[in-house]
Amino acid sequence: MASGELTSGAYIKHHLQNLTYGKFPDGHWGFAESALEAKEMGFMAFHVDTLGFSFILGALFLFFFARAAKRASIDAPSGFQNFVESIIDFIDENVRGSFSGKNPMVAPLALTTFIWIILMNTMDLVPVDWLPSLAAAMGIHFLKVVPTTDPNATFGMSIGIFILILYYSIKEKGLGGFVGELTLHPFGKWMLPFNFFLEGVNLLAKPVSLALRLFGNMYAGEMIFILIALLPFWIQWSLSLPWAIFHILIVLLQAFIFMTLVIVYMDMAHQKEH
Amino acid sequence: MNINLTLIGQTIMFAMFVLFCMKFVWPPLVEAMAARKKAIEDGLKAAELGKEEHALAQKNAEDLIESTKTQAAEIIANADKQANVMIDKAKGTASEEADKIKAHAKSELDQEVVKARNELKNQVSTLVMQGVNSVLEKEVDSKAHKDMLSKLSQSL
Repeated sequence: MASGELTSGAYIKHHLQNLTYGKFPDGHWGFAESALEAKEMGFMAFHVDTLGFSFILGALFLFFFARAAKRASIDAPSGFQNFVESIIDFIDENVRGSFSGKNPMVAPLALTTFIWIILMNTMDLVPVDWLPSLAAAMGIHFLKVVPTTDPNATFGMSIGIFILILYYSIKEKGLGGFVGELTLHPFGKWMLPFNFFLEGVNLLAKPVSLALRLFGNMYAGEMIFILIALLPFWIQWSLSLPWAIFHILIVLLQAFIFMTLVIVYMDMAHQKEH
Repeated sequence: MNINLTLIGQTIMFAMFVLFCMKFVWPPLVEAMAARKKAIEDGLKAAELGKEEHALAQKNAEDLIESTKTQAAEIIANADKQANVMIDKAKGTASEEADKIKAHAKSELDQEVVKARNELKNQVSTLVMQGVNSVLEKEVDSKAHKDMLSKLSQSL
């Protein structure tokens, strides 16, 4: 909710500003006190909130899953183990369905992207003012709690995927095979530049679409929560509750789409025949 | 909304998470699940085997009961037969014995009768002799008529 002195525009802008630690133009490192300062830092800056929340969420996921894996019992699985196993089964089924190659990395990759994105997206369901207000009370001026509304996070993941696509394409098809795939299709060798342009766009579109789809959905959802938070407090629930319930679907759906596309892209990278 | 070093940080973090998941999360869980699947399959197989064994054992038991029953019936029949034979034998010996006893008694009786008759004859002849003596007194020479009298007594 907006406090008296803030205008709606300032409130929204404030909510969309990451907590940035970086190099000021004059050379010293520190936290940016305003959006302008953050912008001036350019590339030499970290979004501490994005990094922190995504790390905490990923670590939580791995901690609980690794504990379940360590205590995995064959005879008497605990409730949490059952839950974890049902997720593993779900991922395994998807990988088996879409991935025809043989690579022990794809399933853990899919599991990590799926759960991590779900957890990061779920931060969107925390009421938009709780954590930033708490942080403000502790003297931190900016806090963006949903890492997937930061393009750095989504592009970070999709760049990782892109590197894997390149690596496995070259490893499975050979450098020549990969280059051939990029240049000799779909129109044969006499149309080589045109082919390369088409396939290049096709290749680059993979990470870009992955990152932008997730970012766009979550950013839009977050924006609507912020807009709802501008309403008088006694009416907010009538909009934020339906939107939050609908948003649960988006949280899961986006994670699922991201995971499925990762599996499909990895499958394409492993396919020798194009 | 600025693109900055966070991008690289996120990529590195993502890679680390995936590696960790690949090493410590995915394999043990999948192994545990595979092991459970195998254990369940084995259990089901063992149950199937146990069922078959049970059916076999039941059949064996039934066969055994059946054979025991026929054996028992045979034994009973044999015993019956033997008992009958024994009874018959006993009956035979008993009737033989009885016949013997009867024959013995009869012969004894016959002897007794003969004896009694002889005695009676003798007595009668003496009686006759006495009667005749008393009737005839001196007329009769007992010595002369003795042969005749004994013939008479013989014929009695």
